[in-house]
Amino acid sequence: MKDVMGIINLQEDNKLIRELTDKRAVESMPFAGRYRLIDFTLSSMVNSGILNVGVMLPDKPRSVLDHLRSGKDWDLARRHDGLFYLPSPSEEESIRKGDLKNFYHNLDFFEHSSQKYVLLTSGSFVYNVDFSQMLRFHQNTSADITMVYYTAKEEQPGRNVVLETAENGLVTDMAEKPAIYDDSKVAMNVYLIEKRIFVELVRYTYEHGGQDLLMDGIIRRANEYNIYACEHDGYVAHVDSTSAYYKANMDLLQPEVWEELFMGSNSIYTKGKDEVPVQYKETAKVKNSLIANGCVIRGEVENSILFRGVTVGKGVKIKNSIIMQKCDIQDDSLVENVICDKNVVISKEKWLKGANNYPLIITKNVVI
Amino acid sequence: MRKTECLAMILAGGQGSRLGALTKKIAKPAVPFGGKYRIIDFPLSNCANSGIDKVGVLTQYRPLELHNYLASGSAWDLDQKNGGIFILPPYAREKGADWYQGTADAIYQNLNFIDLADPEYVLILSGDHIYTMDYSWMLEAHKMNKAEATIGVIEVPWEEAPRFGIMNTDKTGRIEEFEEKPAKPKSNLASMGIYVFNKNFLKKYLEEDAKDETSSHDFGKNIIPKMLKDKARLYSYAFEGYWKDVGTIESLWQANMDLLQDQPPFDLKGEKKIYSSNESMPPHYIGPDAKVKNSMISEGSMVLGEVENSVIFPGVRIGKGVKVTNSVIMPSTVIRDGAVVDYAILAQNCEVAAGAKVTGQLGAITVVAEGETVEAEASGKQAG
Repeated sequence: MKDVMGIINLQEDNKLIRELTDKRAVESMPFAGRYRLIDFTLSSMVNSGILNVGVMLPDKPRSVLDHLRSGKDWDLARRHDGLFYLPSPSEEESIRKGDLKNFYHNLDFFEHSSQKYVLLTSGSFVYNVDFSQMLRFHQNTSADITMVYYTAKEEQPGRNVVLETAENGLVTDMAEKPAIYDDSKVAMNVYLIEKRIFVELVRYTYEHGGQDLLMDGIIRRANEYNIYACEHDGYVAHVDSTSAYYKANMDLLQPEVWEELFMGSNSIYTKGKDEVPVQYKETAKVKNSLIANGCVIRGEVENSILFRGVTVGKGVKIKNSIIMQKCDIQDDSLVENVICDKNVVISKEKWLKGANNYPLIITKNVVI
Repeated sequence: MRKTECLAMILAGGQGSRLGALTKKIAKPAVPFGGKYRIIDFPLSNCANSGIDKVGVLTQYRPLELHNYLASGSAWDLDQKNGGIFILPPYAREKGADWYQGTADAIYQNLNFIDLADPEYVLILSGDHIYTMDYSWMLEAHKMNKAEATIGVIEVPWEEAPRFGIMNTDKTGRIEEFEEKPAKPKSNLASMGIYVFNKNFLKKYLEEDAKDETSSHDFGKNIIPKMLKDKARLYSYAFEGYWKDVGTIESLWQANMDLLQDQPPFDLKGEKKIYSSNESMPPHYIGPDAKVKNSMISEGSMVLGEVENSVIFPGVRIGKGVKVTNSVIMPSTVIRDGAVVDYAILAQNCEVAAGAKVTGQLGAITVVAEGETVEAEASGKQAG
């Protein structure tokens, strides 16, 4: 895999997840108690043996930069190769929409890298994938482009690229659909392409008026390339809406999903925080929950995810909720079906309740 | 190497034989403590938090896991271009090789390293104590007293004083007399095994001591008494706060239990962070039928049974119907369904079979050594 360079595209449209992404890119959303979404694809790359990773910065890059820093936590602070940031061009340079302009303006980085292949992924997926198997598949099929898909198990709304493939994995059709159905083959926004072909694809498409890499570069020109797809049969979640975010977090309360994502031979890495182990006091009652280090618990917590450094007071009841870093839930409050962003304070005896299918969102730093 | 004001040397070579089964495979400073830490995290974090950026760690007994743990020192921000962590095991010379014969000999054998670092002061620490301390205040006191050596002391209860090295000082804190484990102590100021020396002063005494064949090359037994005899300027520096020697099974267990009090006497969540080097693990999972009370639990663990008054390290599995009480469960140990663990310390990577019992009692904590399996039929007391 040392012949593959990774690119993580952080240019996702995040309108559906507005309240939580007001000040950050969707890819740097806190997830699963201590991670950020980008950790999953980045750790998968590193565990697959990729040593050179470029991150296409989003429009609000601060939280991504603060999280990844030198790349040390992913072993990417290296003498050669390692982690690179690819900023988007300034507005004067390009008024065109879409992500293609960012690739086009950073073609230098691709051309100067020594690797033969490019692995392009999106930072808004939750998975733990070994991409080295994908490289073998790519070489065996002599594909120009190899994609990865998962087979949907239930109907879900949300724009997704759905594939049709022949038995050997050859992609026979590819289209963006408004929803997915049972048994749909859903693309995971992962592409393995020989660098030479990738550079040509970006340059040609952009110079001919293209805006979006997937729509204008790949789907519209699909018949010019040999496109194959392989299946990932492990856990996948695409966090493209508030409800998908909530559901993906809650999925981790299934021990099988927790085991598969985190406890296998390939770890998911993240920025270290040196928090102390969780302190459960005399009055604590916790059931079916994920609790991150640094929490101090005196109340009840059920079916919930507590991020690092959350304080739960006496007499508190937290149910079906996601409570992010450093929130302070004070005595005798009730919190149900709620997503609390970072540093929220819920003072004594407050009752907050969202609907079962739509959580109430409390934005960052709010005091209630 | 860039010149440094104060070089820290951590004595981390001891076997810790009183920890019995816990130090069969690892050195005492590498013994896990407090739900995610190792004992050596405390002096190392204190160094990092005191602005000391050059630290020598002297290792000898079973150093593999300790070396592996310390690695580049990055967990303590000690991976630096001009300084950082230096691991100093004994080494061979043209005329054979020597083990470290005692605390003073260990430092003596590394005098060339000290010369290389060229500090004004040398801070000597041991890797066996749980405490947080800002050494820069002690260094300030050392300078203000124009001392040649300063020894960290702590007030201990009078009845316990005969177990310690006791300092008798004058009103200004100058040490007049040092008594090792006195039957009738004149003071209750115990030595913490923390010393600041002027470098050249220390060097002179170490070189003299090395020539003395009757010496056991120990700071407490030989070096400090010799300095006092020569009427050198030795001062005490009184430390107030939690300080615990975790050299025995009982004291290690007790120090872990101290962390569980509602207002713990030693707060890991204090102003200064304790750093440690940990694998990346997810938040721990508490199952639907689990009951957790008055305990500390760390990352990557899965708890399906009951846990009370216990400290659970990373990656531990606690099965359904399990009861863990008054115990310390070290990393990656698995306790299978229906097992009972009470008043026990389980070292790393142990396994307790389904339905097995590991029970001790207050004052006789049961220990299961690293990597051992406790079968159901062989349940009951293990060798402590």
